[in-house]
Amino acid sequence: MAFTPPTDGFRVVEIKPGEPLHIAFWGVLSSADVTLGEDSRRGVQVALEDRDYKYKGHDILLTSEDGQCLPAGGSVVGAKLAADPTLVGLIGSSCSDETVGGIKAISDAGLTTISPSNTRPALTDPARGPEFAGYLRTAHSDAFQGKAVAEFATSVLKVTTAATIHDGSSYAQALQQVFVDNFTALGGTITIQESVTKDQPDMKSVLTRVAATKPQFLYYPIFIASGGLITRQAPEVAGLAGVVLMGSDGMFSPDFIKAAGTAAKGMYLSSPDFSKFQAGYAAFLEKYKKGLTVVLSAFHAHAYDATNILFAALDKVVVEGPDGTLYVPLKALRDAIYATKDFPGVTGTLSCNASGDCGAPLIAVYQITERETVELKWPPEKPVWP
Amino acid sequence: MYTRLVDRLTDLAIAAFLWGLRLAVVAVVVVGSFLTLTSGKYQTETWADLISFGLVLGCIYALIALGYTMVYGILRMINFAHGEIFMCGAFGGYFAATALGRSGFLHAGPLNALISVALIMLVAATVSTSVALLVERIAYRPLRSAPRLVPLISAIGASFFLQYSVKGLFGPGIYAYPDVAVLKEVVPVPLLHVRWMDLLVILAAVAMMAGLYFFVMRTKIGTAIRAVSEDQSTAALMGIDVNRAIVTTFAVGAAMAGAAGALYGLKFSTINFFSGFYPGIKAFTAAVLGGIGNVPGAMLGGLFLGQVESLGPTLFLDGLEVPAPNQLKDAIAFIMLVMVLIFRPSGLLGERITRQRA
Repeated sequence: MAFTPPTDGFRVVEIKPGEPLHIAFWGVLSSADVTLGEDSRRGVQVALEDRDYKYKGHDILLTSEDGQCLPAGGSVVGAKLAADPTLVGLIGSSCSDETVGGIKAISDAGLTTISPSNTRPALTDPARGPEFAGYLRTAHSDAFQGKAVAEFATSVLKVTTAATIHDGSSYAQALQQVFVDNFTALGGTITIQESVTKDQPDMKSVLTRVAATKPQFLYYPIFIASGGLITRQAPEVAGLAGVVLMGSDGMFSPDFIKAAGTAAKGMYLSSPDFSKFQAGYAAFLEKYKKGLTVVLSAFHAHAYDATNILFAALDKVVVEGPDGTLYVPLKALRDAIYATKDFPGVTGTLSCNASGDCGAPLIAVYQITERETVELKWPPEKPVWP
Repeated sequence: MYTRLVDRLTDLAIAAFLWGLRLAVVAVVVVGSFLTLTSGKYQTETWADLISFGLVLGCIYALIALGYTMVYGILRMINFAHGEIFMCGAFGGYFAATALGRSGFLHAGPLNALISVALIMLVAATVSTSVALLVERIAYRPLRSAPRLVPLISAIGASFFLQYSVKGLFGPGIYAYPDVAVLKEVVPVPLLHVRWMDLLVILAAVAMMAGLYFFVMRTKIGTAIRAVSEDQSTAALMGIDVNRAIVTTFAVGAAMAGAAGALYGLKFSTINFFSGFYPGIKAFTAAVLGGIGNVPGAMLGGLFLGQVESLGPTLFLDGLEVPAPNQLKDAIAFIMLVMVLIFRPSGLLGERITRQRA
């Protein structure tokens, strides 16, 4: 019987013998927040190394695009990726802002992306717009992280007043607002919600305004560069001595320690709970660390899981022609990713829901000690909460 | 007749809009400031702190702005690569600071710290000057007689080239200057919470600006630079080496930017390949504010911009209960720029360019 190539609601990518199966990583690969993107890309690479960069007799080609952690960067990258007819799937982006900028072009092109590190709640809100049809994530939603930080602040630190600072990014704005809502619901009082701009070197004027409201707790879930500056400058501002400082996963990186120096000692960072990861995490980490001295950020395992979910879905939908040509129907691939159920990932057993959430929301709080600031060891050994 | 009437009405509408804008901004500034100051929310110490933070930032802006204004004064060209020259200096200073830190010299008492800061600034200024001279020779000099837009495009290209060369050489990550404990101590002055590092930035900037003013106004080469900036052809006929004057201008402007890069690194601790972009834009704004082409204007513009960024959000917007007003600090700074240019189109101290060259 003659072979009939598959058809698809979007389009079918044909990979002829000798041609590679092309997937792309998009995320932050320059600027001060580069470790977030490099960490995830390394996770993708490990997943591909596990397959020897081969898929059904074809080489796997991984290309990378830099969205610079900005909506405009994401928009440019999204348009570029959407125009590439060889692409079958995407891992990314790193920052929620990049996704906001680029997802429409990607979804409209019939492509599907799985983000390992976007945490903004709205990206997987059941009421999200149709432009998010091609978007899923293995990272947790900040609806869980903001709540966890509020619970930690009230139940462990026993603080009753808090201030927040965001940097205008969709990630930081949303996360601090989730914290504010939960902290207030738990009986706390928010003294001020301030903001900085990403290019701002002098944080003292903002910190002085914060200090004037006399908070017990300062939460700034922003990124490495600005987070480092705030951490360094906070102790120099009158009225902030003794205020507990806390950031989140956007700062969970050895580069943050470099940026903040010894001033980071004693502060808290929330992040995925590595202690709850599956047994396979240790073996994955060994492979991840090849050529690296430290773990770069918090989402490498999520990127590894995202890549493996993509390949598990490819296994379900790829049709192999008699001459070795691979046919990848993009609509069927997207549906197969959404249909992921009880996938045995290293971050947990993962199932994707209709609004794109595949991640296991396991949040922990780590305290930075001399082990990280002086001995320069990373990541912190074990969480202080829960 | 009908067209003339329409033109006149259009002019009137534009004039009314501009006056409305001016009145609205003045109203926001006056009412906002009044409400903030009378709210009693902030103590005198807080205002003193905000002024001192703005002074430190303004000094750094002013030092960078000098390079923009000097090059514009002599060549009528915006050197868009100047922010990157500042960043190259900051990197040079980083390597010097790290070496001094590792040797222990940087941390061996106040005198050593001062000597170290001077050395770090010297290395940074040397690196910036070398880079600026290379850029001038390769990207600008061959285009000196080309139409104005051509060197401008070349400058933008040079800016990207320097940015991505540094990224290629040192990577995209963060580099942190070593902490100098003695400079982080508080200066024992009542009311203020100024650190020795802040005082050092202010004093170094004032000394450099005074030195530059003396250099431009009182030395032979400074006079030559002023002559070339007045009229290049006549200066050449008078026997002035125009090329030397231009190269010296680039070198001096870059040395200031390099030293500012070192001070920026020592003060704010972290740098990366992109660190020159925003300070460069801000310093260019400062140069325009002060009156581009005017050396004291660049100094004043830098200090003014520093104060607007530091004080503006709190003073103007807090009383009006604008949420998170600091995110509007750049908007405030640029509105102030527009206001200054509406009331004084040539900037705070006016543009010192002859009419023939303008």
